[in-house]
Amino acid sequence: MAKSDCKQKTIAAAGAELSYLKAGKGKPVLVLHEELGNPGWLAWQRQLAETRKVIVPLHPGFGVSPRIDWIRSVGDLANYYAQVMLEQDWVGADVIGFSFGGWIAAEMAAQNPGQFASLTLVAPMGIKPPQGVIRDLFEAPVEQYLAASVKDPASSEEFTSLFGGAMTPEQFEHFQDATAEAARLAWQPYMNNPALYYRLGLARDLPTLMLWGKDDAIVPVSAASLYQDAIRDAKLVLFKDCGHRPEIEQTGKFLKKLANHLS
Amino acid sequence: MHIATFTERPYGPVPEEEVIRNASFFGVSNRFLDPVKAGALFNRYLDEKLYAEELGFDGVMLNEHHANPFTLGAVMDVEAAILARITRRVKISLMGNPLPVADPLRLAEELAIIDMISGGRLVTGWVRGAGCEQIANNINPTYNRERFDEAHDFILQAWTRDGPWRYEGKHYEYRHVNPWAKPIQKPFPQTWIPSLVSPETAVFAARNRYSYMALATFLPPTMEMWNLYADTAAEEGFQAGPECFGYLQKVVCADTEEEAHELGKNYVYGGGQPAFARPEWMFPAGYNSKAATKRLAYALSDPETNEAVVSGKQAGSGVDVTETRRYNNEVLYENLLRNGQIIAGTPDTVLPKIRHILERLRPGIFSIWHIEGGSTTQEQSMRSMKLLADHVLPQMREWARELDLPAPDEVRPGSRKLPPSGQRDPVCDPGARAA
Repeated sequence: MAKSDCKQKTIAAAGAELSYLKAGKGKPVLVLHEELGNPGWLAWQRQLAETRKVIVPLHPGFGVSPRIDWIRSVGDLANYYAQVMLEQDWVGADVIGFSFGGWIAAEMAAQNPGQFASLTLVAPMGIKPPQGVIRDLFEAPVEQYLAASVKDPASSEEFTSLFGGAMTPEQFEHFQDATAEAARLAWQPYMNNPALYYRLGLARDLPTLMLWGKDDAIVPVSAASLYQDAIRDAKLVLFKDCGHRPEIEQTGKFLKKLANHLS
Repeated sequence: MHIATFTERPYGPVPEEEVIRNASFFGVSNRFLDPVKAGALFNRYLDEKLYAEELGFDGVMLNEHHANPFTLGAVMDVEAAILARITRRVKISLMGNPLPVADPLRLAEELAIIDMISGGRLVTGWVRGAGCEQIANNINPTYNRERFDEAHDFILQAWTRDGPWRYEGKHYEYRHVNPWAKPIQKPFPQTWIPSLVSPETAVFAARNRYSYMALATFLPPTMEMWNLYADTAAEEGFQAGPECFGYLQKVVCADTEEEAHELGKNYVYGGGQPAFARPEWMFPAGYNSKAATKRLAYALSDPETNEAVVSGKQAGSGVDVTETRRYNNEVLYENLLRNGQIIAGTPDTVLPKIRHILERLRPGIFSIWHIEGGSTTQEQSMRSMKLLADHVLPQMREWARELDLPAPDEVRPGSRKLPPSGQRDPVCDPGARAA
């Protein structure tokens, strides 16, 4: 088994059971996955694990780690993860969050920026976009949401291997689990916290990078301007001809920008 | 036996091609609603309910669906309140209030006021609400069952506790509960729980000694649920009887078979019940339990290829939704006639089919799901009701006496003792011959 292949571990963490994927060695990078559950062990993660320890917690209630009843908001989940970081001695990690996971990362930064060496947000939810709306996960079948999440589904081999073809019953069940928990935590206000913009004032000194596809059809890129306002020194890198998944759609550029930013 | 009439009270003039293009009634834009026409329809439907009372039906039944031309009655308590005033004798049954979608204190007030104005003729019904009701009211589907349970408990308390008192629950909080609105019926109104094939609902109904109202489900799964109810009833210490069971069945009558089928075809306007709402709206994530989600994942997959065909089958109807989306109302109508979901004919052809249901299911409540949609005229509708009242209902009442099928008014649900052996008696008769 290559060191950049991942293993799944399950631990007792902060009073609950948590599963996570891990690979590689070195300084930890905490990866917070999206609203549809963890998509799989991705090419960019495999590459990053060559030089860093990559940790991907599987969010409680999203189909693998059991649901935690006291967690009823993304803020609650952020606090839970902060406790886990303390227990597991991951404090000082770089964190990178994707979409819904980006919102979690932002909340964690707003609660306790000192737990991270750096913050990377990839097309994060959490702040209501000033133009456009965050796509409603519940208005149409998940296949349509997935198709809308990349600019050109046919041209991405990795996307096709993850989400192409007919959905199996297992995948259907998996998506139901994940979207049910996303609903439980973020139904209203939809996928955002009106206070987050203000709370991020606490994270003003945390080195922050945002990566966003210009053609993102899930979370409009207009939200980036508010994130930049909120975290005054945040850097924003836009990806042309790219949708909601720069890490899959333009992996090379994504990794380059990420590598420059990590501590 | 209690014999009621029920209709969906649709916005009939919704353009059929819009429903077909949308592949469902739910989601068709409300720009197609003409409030003047809708107002006239509401009044016609109320007149038909009055007519039902005049004809001798025991009850009039309403339901509620939001954001859907399939049912104009989005806030059925409004219609129920009007009926409370304009009718004198019939029971007004509400099948049902979607509890998770409501403000339970407000609902407690509304229902109590309806009961007071009617002189104690309200029959309440509690439902979870279909998935699309959650979406249409922005209610978190993941909390649907919790909200249902909490709202139910709260409403019963609001009706029976002396106020002012204070309530702080998980989903609802009222720090001053003192409604000057209490039902006349004590301890609270007669209650029937409408259901499809949810085991949890059958258990809930039995534990609370509510009657269980099967909504036009096929006979075998209906009997399964009734047996589950009866088993739970036995655990609770009572024998379930016909007073515990109600059945909703589509029935229309006309002077000739041809006219009856012309009328009956309006049930499948736009694709009918299977086109009510697309599956992704019926089952939003979080609405179903984990076990039900698993069943759904496999029920909706093609056993040959294991491919999930999410828009494939409407559970329980045996009718393929994709078939209806290819839009062949003739085929759909024939299917629904064949599988018994629609009974349409002259009284002579209708009666044996009803007898068959009465023999097998033994319900104490029978609700005739009548037609108003599509191109149904008021004349057709009222003629059908008259034929039913004159030629079908009297025979049904005779059969109810013969088969011993008391209504909840005659025998209170939950009041029958178990046999001395302790083993419960059967509640339905699967062996009865087909009509």
